[in-house]
Amino acid sequence: MAEYSWPKQGTAVLLGTEQDRIDGLEKATGAAKYSYDVVLDRMLIAKVLGCPHAHCKVKSIDVTAAKAIPGVVSIHLFIDPKDAKKSEIKWQGDPIACVAAETEGAAAEGVAALVVTYEVLEHFVTEEFLAAAERAGRVGKAGVNVELENEPGENEDEDAFVEKELKRLYDESAAVVEGYYGIQAITHMCLEPHGSTCAWQGDKLTAHLSTQSVSGTAGQFASPLSMTADDVTVHCDFIGGGFGSKFQADEWGVACAKIAKETGRPVKLMLDRDLELKVAGCRPSGFVKVKVGADKEGVVKVWDSQQWGTGGDKGAAVDEKQIPYVFNPPNRRRSAVRISTNTGPTRAWRAPNHPQACAISQTAYDDVAAKLGIDSYDVFLRNLPSVSNKKADVYAAEMEIAAKLMDWKAKWHPHGKGAAEGSIVTGLGMALHTWGGGAVAGSCLVKVHPDGGVETFAGSQDLGTGTRTVMAMVVAETFGLPIPAIKVNIGSSKYPQANPSGGSITVGSVSETHRRASQDALEKIKALVAEKLGVEAASLVARDGRIYTDGSPDKGVTWAQACSLLGMSALEVRGEYAPSRQQSPLSSSGVGGVQMAEVAVDRNTGLVRMKKFVAVQDIGLVINRQTAKSQIYGGVIMGIAYSLFEERIMDAGTGAFLNAQIADYRLPRLGDIGEIVVEFYEPESEYNRGVIGLGEPPVISPGAAISNAVANALGVRVPVLPITPMRVLDALESATKPA
Amino acid sequence: MKDSPHNSATRGGFNRREFLRGSGAAAAATALATGTSAVADAAEADTIPLYGPGLTKIKLNVNGQDREVQVEPRMSLLEVLRHQLQLTGAKPVSIDGSSGASTVWVDDAPVSANTVLALTCVGRKVRTVESLGGSKPDAVPMAFVHEDGMQCGFCTPGFVVAVRAFLDKYPGASEAQIREGLNGNLCRCGTYANVILAALEVVKGGARG
Repeated sequence: MAEYSWPKQGTAVLLGTEQDRIDGLEKATGAAKYSYDVVLDRMLIAKVLGCPHAHCKVKSIDVTAAKAIPGVVSIHLFIDPKDAKKSEIKWQGDPIACVAAETEGAAAEGVAALVVTYEVLEHFVTEEFLAAAERAGRVGKAGVNVELENEPGENEDEDAFVEKELKRLYDESAAVVEGYYGIQAITHMCLEPHGSTCAWQGDKLTAHLSTQSVSGTAGQFASPLSMTADDVTVHCDFIGGGFGSKFQADEWGVACAKIAKETGRPVKLMLDRDLELKVAGCRPSGFVKVKVGADKEGVVKVWDSQQWGTGGDKGAAVDEKQIPYVFNPPNRRRSAVRISTNTGPTRAWRAPNHPQACAISQTAYDDVAAKLGIDSYDVFLRNLPSVSNKKADVYAAEMEIAAKLMDWKAKWHPHGKGAAEGSIVTGLGMALHTWGGGAVAGSCLVKVHPDGGVETFAGSQDLGTGTRTVMAMVVAETFGLPIPAIKVNIGSSKYPQANPSGGSITVGSVSETHRRASQDALEKIKALVAEKLGVEAASLVARDGRIYTDGSPDKGVTWAQACSLLGMSALEVRGEYAPSRQQSPLSSSGVGGVQMAEVAVDRNTGLVRMKKFVAVQDIGLVINRQTAKSQIYGGVIMGIAYSLFEERIMDAGTGAFLNAQIADYRLPRLGDIGEIVVEFYEPESEYNRGVIGLGEPPVISPGAAISNAVANALGVRVPVLPITPMRVLDALESATKPA
Repeated sequence: MKDSPHNSATRGGFNRREFLRGSGAAAAATALATGTSAVADAAEADTIPLYGPGLTKIKLNVNGQDREVQVEPRMSLLEVLRHQLQLTGAKPVSIDGSSGASTVWVDDAPVSANTVLALTCVGRKVRTVESLGGSKPDAVPMAFVHEDGMQCGFCTPGFVVAVRAFLDKYPGASEAQIREGLNGNLCRCGTYANVILAALEVVKGGARG
């Protein structure tokens, strides 16, 4: 076995350079086939009827009229009205039945012809106002966490001590800020909705599933179909967005396979847009009341917060221990309650819970700066000693870089004190974040043919990260070959078990396995070349399509000549990686990251426009600089989306999700993003940590950074995200009301 | 051309194409399928042939080739392109064209293929994103690759067509005009910054290579 390592910083040929993605042209010209695009002979189209009510019991389902629609072939029920337990529906859109038909029109007509009767039950869907949730009996038991520097005396009542201690700390504070902050629930809004195209060959199922987990979903089909996973192939060449919501086969995926089996025909079942938004994933909301005490320098000494939010009927909400985000002030009391609502269940949303935690707590830190009239930058800087991840130095260095790129010092003004141009005021805000991004266990197969051809296989997928290109670059770097010489195969559950794509683990994981396999393969090939040339294998290098003695390129053979020494059969090497306590030489976990926003706000209309956004990020060793930068742009733009545009809007009266269509669910467009500047923080110390994933970190800070910039512009906090014109005008109005 | 449903349809008392555009494909599909609405009322009955509700064989000119397809009156151009012609570059994302993901050209005008009925395309020239690919790809998809104007890629074909159509109209577009004029397409991954760079690269004279 080779000793695994990366080339020293500055010596790699491909790693760290900007490379076009190898499947880019397929994507850009429509040749790439997504699960939605798989069209099979005699294929049926299935459409789902979602429940119109937020909370009800399904009393009866009459399929007679639907069956009579020309073109309708099969009807599948998700709900059994006779089963008292399973007939209860707890959120709008939950699947009731689906209709498979010859065409999309016939399927839609069939769904419309289903006759369902309901017993409507009481619902609760709006959690922003805690008192209303309490009145509705929807508030769960509080989780409470208290950490204080001092301890109660012997026999002293603990609760009384905590109250006394907190009072003392607030009394001693130079500034006390009491604030309310919140962030609404949002959906994943994958442009390719959840679903699959399923086909059977005898007893074997092929599911073309839109999934973030090619290697992890076969069993999810097999079990409910009373078969074993070896008879299932999950296939996904391209996936149209997942963001954490596509790790499951889902009940509609299993239904698709069942209908295909029953009808003996391939079936495509993709959720319609409104159901995609209602049932296929959302991010929990988070609201908090905070009291912060800081010294005159703005260093936070005491934090007391009561937090609430919803993850739907029983989904997880933001944990009380996650705030204040990144910062760990010495004295903290934090509580959180979960509110049960009749809304679709949550799924992991890019950096689960970090964006909300950041948005509802680093805003309070900025309000400390506002109260003391100190530059927000200085308040963040002075609080760095309390960060929870030992990255104070990294943050400080990144803040300095970001401030230069933003021209922070020249542009900053005290909150609400900037010069106005007519009704337009501008402001600056910042925030910082943390994430893991370490590699997970997985494997790959690297195959070197005697004619020099190289191919790789791994049951991974490309969520948009550029997975194929990363794999090709790692193998090409190792073998000294150009990128096109490596043929990458991903997207099938029949390939070696590989990582799911979530939590920023993909690039680390595939880099681990592919570097290991190709270093091992190269060692074997070098041994053959060494024998032929009569030199030490250790003296050989692979570069520029040749294997030669280091320092004398003419003393060697071409790659093809080297591979011909393999004889008749190809060399197959498996790359295996499993995280252990021992630090891998190839990958690490744990990053920081600092972001700054500049906005313009119109005090008359309440409209916020992005002017400039700066993102500085450490990610260890960069593989493909081009796609790595794209991840950061993407994270920032998704951050702009939840900061200024998107939210799930629930109607308290009817329990309906009001904006579950593209036209109604507001997202930024190309003209809304302003100027975005991306910079990596990559001194040698970071490079030497190896590969770290990048998908999540850049999406975390925008909420707080943008909210802080708006507060800096207006001199008034707009407490809840997204900061829509209405919320800006409301905040301005309540700020002018007499207390 | 003469006997095409498209030509017949536009000879009536009012312009049916405009009606279909205004009312959206869904409403129009219902109208055509049931034959009971204003579209098929007496005023037009002698000039408009009624189709459906079953399948009608028609010829569509797509990417320069005549292709025979079988359509119901309610079928959108998008459904026919994707299910019958294996042209899956245009994507179904929104119900009303507000995502731009199904953008194709009909007679050189960019439209959302999911808001156009296939029947109305008889006698017209349909062009899809696939026409920009092949062995000599167009400069726009090349620039999208070079500037990485894509992540998951599901919105990308629609964006590529939109950028091509926009730059055909405004070949010297400035960055400000690009930011102003390409807001009909939705991307969730956040590729806008690179799409702007890609469009600018084409303006400046094609993809770097």
